[in-house]
Amino acid sequence: MRSATLGHIPNLPEKFGEEFALELFKRANFNRHFEYKVKEAAEKKLFTIPIYLSIGTEFNAAVFSMMLQGYKIFGQHRCHSIYLSFGGKPEALRDELLGLETGCSRGMSGSNAIQAPEANMFGHSGLMGEQVPIACGAAFASREPCLTICGDASVEEDYIYPSLGWAATEKLPMIFVCEDNDLSILTKVSVRRNWSPANVAASMGIPAVDIADDPWVIAYHLETMKENLPGFLNIRSVRHLWHAGTGVDDVPEWDRYQLTTAAMEKLGLKSKMSVIEDENKERAHAIWADCLED
Amino acid sequence: MTLAETIQDITRNHLENNNGLLFGQCVTAVGWIGGTVPDCKNIVEIPMTDVAGPGFAVGAALMNRRPIFVVRYQGFMWYNCSSLVNYAAKSKQVWGVPVPVFIRSIGMEGNGIGHTASSCLHSIFMHPPGLPVAVPMTPNEYREVWNYFLEHDDPIYVSEHRKSFTNSEEFEDEVYEDADITIIALSMGRMNALEAKKILNEKGIKANLFHQLWLKPFKPKKDMLKALNQTKLGLVVDSDFEITGASRSIAYELMHQTDASVHALGLEDRVCGVASHLENITPSPEKIATIVVELVSNVKRGHHSKV
Ligand SMILES: Cc1ncc(C[n+]2csc(CCOP(=O)(O)OP(=O)(O)O)c2C)c(N)n1
Ligand SMILES: [Mg+2]
Repeated sequence: MRSATLGHIPNLPEKFGEEFALELFKRANFNRHFEYKVKEAAEKKLFTIPIYLSIGTEFNAAVFSMMLQGYKIFGQHRCHSIYLSFGGKPEALRDELLGLETGCSRGMSGSNAIQAPEANMFGHSGLMGEQVPIACGAAFASREPCLTICGDASVEEDYIYPSLGWAATEKLPMIFVCEDNDLSILTKVSVRRNWSPANVAASMGIPAVDIADDPWVIAYHLETMKENLPGFLNIRSVRHLWHAGTGVDDVPEWDRYQLTTAAMEKLGLKSKMSVIEDENKERAHAIWADCLED
Repeated sequence: MTLAETIQDITRNHLENNNGLLFGQCVTAVGWIGGTVPDCKNIVEIPMTDVAGPGFAVGAALMNRRPIFVVRYQGFMWYNCSSLVNYAAKSKQVWGVPVPVFIRSIGMEGNGIGHTASSCLHSIFMHPPGLPVAVPMTPNEYREVWNYFLEHDDPIYVSEHRKSFTNSEEFEDEVYEDADITIIALSMGRMNALEAKKILNEKGIKANLFHQLWLKPFKPKKDMLKALNQTKLGLVVDSDFEITGASRSIAYELMHQTDASVHALGLEDRVCGVASHLENITPSPEKIATIVVELVSNVKRGHHSKV
């Protein structure tokens, strides 16, 4: 079941077109270069707080931000890419990791509880799954669309099933995402449960899909779901680095970054991507230069 | 006007005129929560989810709807507390984002309601930062707490007690020059302390009585400190458990601020049973009186002074 091609739909990159692919690349590629800098800073011990890197899932965040503009965001701990893609200030994230007053939460949240008011992104308290009912409450009270993201583990939390049920009952303007990297820290899904979150959501009457982290497939489903909220996506993803920290557990099951950029190159975008990448690298470098070179 | 009618009035105004919301389970049935909930718009019947439900209210508070979140029995707060203490109470200090939820947590006791539904649990909510705790027992006190909520942007834990819903009286503190002891009473402990005073009067013991509305922040009235310094003996009576409870916490504060030896009397450290002889509820007037007699006579015998 779990594979890089789960739910594959042919010819989507062509259908979404060049402009879409380039913007997607721009966002995901910046996420990656920013995260590389965070990794470098952590390895140089500029900070010793726990950090939750999103390397491997940059395209998920990028495609959410393109498809769900104006949504209020309720993510969980692994959310640097979400923050950056939706328009959170990178300097404020850097400063937050450094524990500075100029950080996005003035040093109160670190890596895992970041907020970006400028991007409608609310902080996460660190209680896994709690963001989901809070997002539902916000969607109910404002009648404005909300995106909430949990993991394959936090989707098991007691908070989730009543939230899905309430969202279905009240027809809440919600997109639920389960970013399923098959890991609760190091424990695989098969050890923990035999049910599928997408089936649970579907059983409550919520349109639900279980797909791989192909950004075009995600975009395709979001486009349809947005017309009839709520919707639920279980997205099979891969985290490349440790749960917390910069190390590597194993060879990644698949490399979505590589698969996606290869597909983009097939669209004939290689040289344009290369220009974008240079700009992103330079931007990430400039943001981190002062502290990394000190 | 009774306390229940006052709550209903405040709620109606909030829901009809302030775009407020009220969240709760089965609120529009079986007596509309002791007559405290009006029949009007913006009442949200949530499903039976004591884990996710408070999160719904937190989300609504983030959207500036200033929700009232009703929990019918304080015992259910063990379930309901996570997003209230972990998100609502913290958010302002962590993110600078206020989450004003008015938490109506209703205490109940007696009539065989047993160990889960009975008693008050306000003490545990004094523990985390960012959550003021009040225990209003009268219409004016309730209005004071509501106005505080509207004038501030904190969430607030309001420990109510069913037995006070029919009350329409306001209570004055009672202070005497020649009192033997100063009682500081909370929640239904106040009603029982008033009764206890009658028993004590007959025994020739004079007790000051202070009615305490705010548990957190706890700012003792000057008169209370003065009275304690005079009597040198105090007793805090509460409807919550005594161990690490509001009664002991307040007694500790008062001992540090006065020369008095201040004792605590709350629920015993045992599970409340259903049969009346097994109940563990607000100390009865008789029990309060017995304890006071003992404390006063100990002092007279030279024991139990402050060390
Ligand atoms: C309520 C709660 N329970 C347990 C934890 C400890 N914890 C932190 S992250 C985590 C695993 C989360 O896995 P998942 O939701 O799949 O996200 P991922 O880290 O894989 O991105 C656990 C168990 C917690 N923070 N909160
Ligand atoms: Mg996981």
